[in-house]
Amino acid sequence: MKTSFVAATVASVLAVGLAMPSFAETPPNMLVIANRIDDIKTFDPAESFEFAGADVSRNIYQKLVNFDPLDLDAGYQPQLAESWTISDDGLTITFTMAEGNVFASGNPVTAKDAEFSLRRAVLLNKTPSFILTQFGFTPENVEQTIVAPDDRTLVLTLDKPYALSFVLNCLTATIGGIVDMETAMANAVDGDMGNEWLRTNTAGSGPYKMVDWKPSESVLMDLNPNYGGEKPAMERVIVQHIQESATQRLQLERGDIDVARNLSPEDVAGLADVADVKVIDELRGRLMYFAANQKNEMLSDPKVIEALKLATDYEGMANSFLKGQYTVHQAFLPRTFLGALEETPFAYDMDAAKAALAASGHPDCGPIKISVRDAQERLDIAQSLQNTWGQLGCEVELIVGTGAQTLDRYRAREHDIYLGAWGPDYPDPNTNAGTFAFNPDNSDEAGATGLLAWRNAWGIPEMSEDTLAAVVENDVDTRRDMYLALQREHQQISPFGVMFQQIEQNGMRSNVENFVAGGATTAVSYWVITK
Amino acid sequence: MTDTTHGEGRHTPSFPPWLKTTLTTLATVAATILGLLFVTFMIGRVMPIDPVLAVIGERATQEQYDQTFRDLGLDQPLLVQFWIYVTDVLQGDFGKSIRTGQEVTTDIARVFPATLELATLGTLFGVVLGVPLGVIAAVRRGSWIDQLARFVGLIGYSMPIFWLGLVGLLVFYGILGWVAGPGRLGIFYQGIVEPITGMILVDSALRGEWAVFRNAFSHIILPASLLGYYSLAYISRMTRSFMLEQLGSEYVTTARVKGLSEWQVVWGHAFRNIRIQLVTVIALAYANLLEGSVLTEIIFAWPGLGQYITTSLLANDMNSVLGGTIVIGTIFVGINIFSDLLYRFFDPRAK
Repeated sequence: MKTSFVAATVASVLAVGLAMPSFAETPPNMLVIANRIDDIKTFDPAESFEFAGADVSRNIYQKLVNFDPLDLDAGYQPQLAESWTISDDGLTITFTMAEGNVFASGNPVTAKDAEFSLRRAVLLNKTPSFILTQFGFTPENVEQTIVAPDDRTLVLTLDKPYALSFVLNCLTATIGGIVDMETAMANAVDGDMGNEWLRTNTAGSGPYKMVDWKPSESVLMDLNPNYGGEKPAMERVIVQHIQESATQRLQLERGDIDVARNLSPEDVAGLADVADVKVIDELRGRLMYFAANQKNEMLSDPKVIEALKLATDYEGMANSFLKGQYTVHQAFLPRTFLGALEETPFAYDMDAAKAALAASGHPDCGPIKISVRDAQERLDIAQSLQNTWGQLGCEVELIVGTGAQTLDRYRAREHDIYLGAWGPDYPDPNTNAGTFAFNPDNSDEAGATGLLAWRNAWGIPEMSEDTLAAVVENDVDTRRDMYLALQREHQQISPFGVMFQQIEQNGMRSNVENFVAGGATTAVSYWVITK
Repeated sequence: MTDTTHGEGRHTPSFPPWLKTTLTTLATVAATILGLLFVTFMIGRVMPIDPVLAVIGERATQEQYDQTFRDLGLDQPLLVQFWIYVTDVLQGDFGKSIRTGQEVTTDIARVFPATLELATLGTLFGVVLGVPLGVIAAVRRGSWIDQLARFVGLIGYSMPIFWLGLVGLLVFYGILGWVAGPGRLGIFYQGIVEPITGMILVDSALRGEWAVFRNAFSHIILPASLLGYYSLAYISRMTRSFMLEQLGSEYVTTARVKGLSEWQVVWGHAFRNIRIQLVTVIALAYANLLEGSVLTEIIFAWPGLGQYITTSLLANDMNSVLGGTIVIGTIFVGINIFSDLLYRFFDPRAK
């Protein structure tokens, strides 16, 4: 037995040497993607808050309202809810559910499922729950504030008359995913409403269902046979965790994958002359910024901040090591968001910067520590700042740490300058306004570690009022103007130096059509892709 | 009262030698792993990284933060936390990974076989090629083959594995297409073989799924060769050095004077005497590979233990780091015990 096993093994090894593996394009009904997916912790929409998790969730869970991937600019559109009305006092939103939607399990989607999903998101109180609880939903009141009187009607009662666009935009976030109540509750343990089970399984009504997940390795999705919409061309989607850009590029060139999602600028450039491969640029929501701690006396001087903003080489960075990855952007709302300000008033001007510094209370500048995590692009930016701010006479030191170390310091308000990135949590302007331009109580005791303005000890009671006013404005044009004004003021007086907005460069085989990574507002949509 | 007269100077019935050895070994293993756990645990706790944030992310509210802080037991003194952890481990509960949301034992059961498979094949290459190369280089000292062995060793020591891995992928996968790309298995072969050991080569062979075996082999051959090359460099250099020492000994001269053939002198006498040292060298090389070669695993998208522990450490996922540490500690101790046993087997004096 043993001998025959060894003989068979040896024979196979020899056979491999003679019969090299054959290579072929991926099948026409299958999409194979290389991506970094090691941030996925859970697939439960009430808990999932990571980029790769959002990519999966968007294709598995439908929402009451959602974005059309082929027309993201149109904003939210009906999905599981076919229509909605808002009461005269602006406190009650009544959704009418569309008919014909079915979960992967075969259960029909009803308003009771929507009630269950939104209630459990509040009750479970996981990290993204603030997206819903900001409307006044609490574990104590959800039975009165999130109610489905019948299978087709869902009524949400808010604590204040918020802008309807604000509420609906929030419902397009991952946490707005509608879960199959029967399936979730059948797998509930110790009152967790299926949370443990839904971490590794899915129960949605979207185009796909998750078939297999190996953490930090791969996610496999197949068509949901009960999907109510048009049958997607891609019947199977496989996302493989490939950390290295160079490896992704090789796989793409060989035709072993259809899409490579994490290509470095060098690899993007290397693909320029490769046949049958194309690169699509897409503006995403992530911003790169520096922020000055106002507890630092020198950095609380507006003229010093102005000098630093003028001594930053935005174009130089965007056209060199950030080329293709980031574009210059200087407002806290990313482009394509409602009310995003596209003006870029600051450009590298050393004379103006020196003049501003001379007019400040610290004409000789002083030591500045830039707290930055050990990621290549951030280190490159930090070194550029170190160089140009150094020309101002500032003694700039880089404090490099892991993401967690740097963040700890930031939340504890122990930094001088923090260099970091910020991505929107949900596709409404308040997601960024509510953190960059909102800090009503600047005391240490307030402990508002979630607010970027608080982390930088920037107390702004008046601007916070303006931010709150924009949240409840129902006229879309007026709301847009309010955010534009807010950003203009913020751009000039805040200790934040917003520098860049991310561009995602996805490499793909030339036959892949309709690949939309989600723009600044949402995640990727596999169901519209053809090849 | 305790009888303090036991021990020194008093003749008491002693344990049988084998039992004494076994108990001593077990005590050493337990103390080593406990010490390792203690150090790793304390490093994890004193690192300037907030483990709560690793779980809930930076957007969580203070209330969620406080709740998680308590859930993780961080409100307890450090030594109490360690005690709770150790008692849980003794009951087989290694906790959950905050990074993957799964039990650490489940995660390790998934990633360790991948490393074991790769390391075993890599070491096999290293031994099969490295030992003869080292012996020949020593016997023919100064010849072209000696120069070649030294050159191979030098390259193996000085070339960054990251670079060599990427070049290997480019040439053998990208240009020549002789081997399959990154990952353990092609997408069309996944899910065919029901896991037994978790090692795809072994499982597919046991199940008789030879198409899967071939595909898995075409995936593993390049990273295993790469790791094997590094082992080869180390093993051949050490073999050469051990052999040179033996070949200069008087008993070798005596053997030659007695008219023994060169083959008998080299393999029958000199090589026999370096087996003990070689076992230690090979065991160490194997243990190093089992620890996981992080860079190789990243380049080849090989979901192994090294990458698992490194990623977990960076995310401050201490349950995973500690779980991985226990595995590595056990491997090192296990390999040491195994090489001790081989030592006794090869060296009659040690018996």
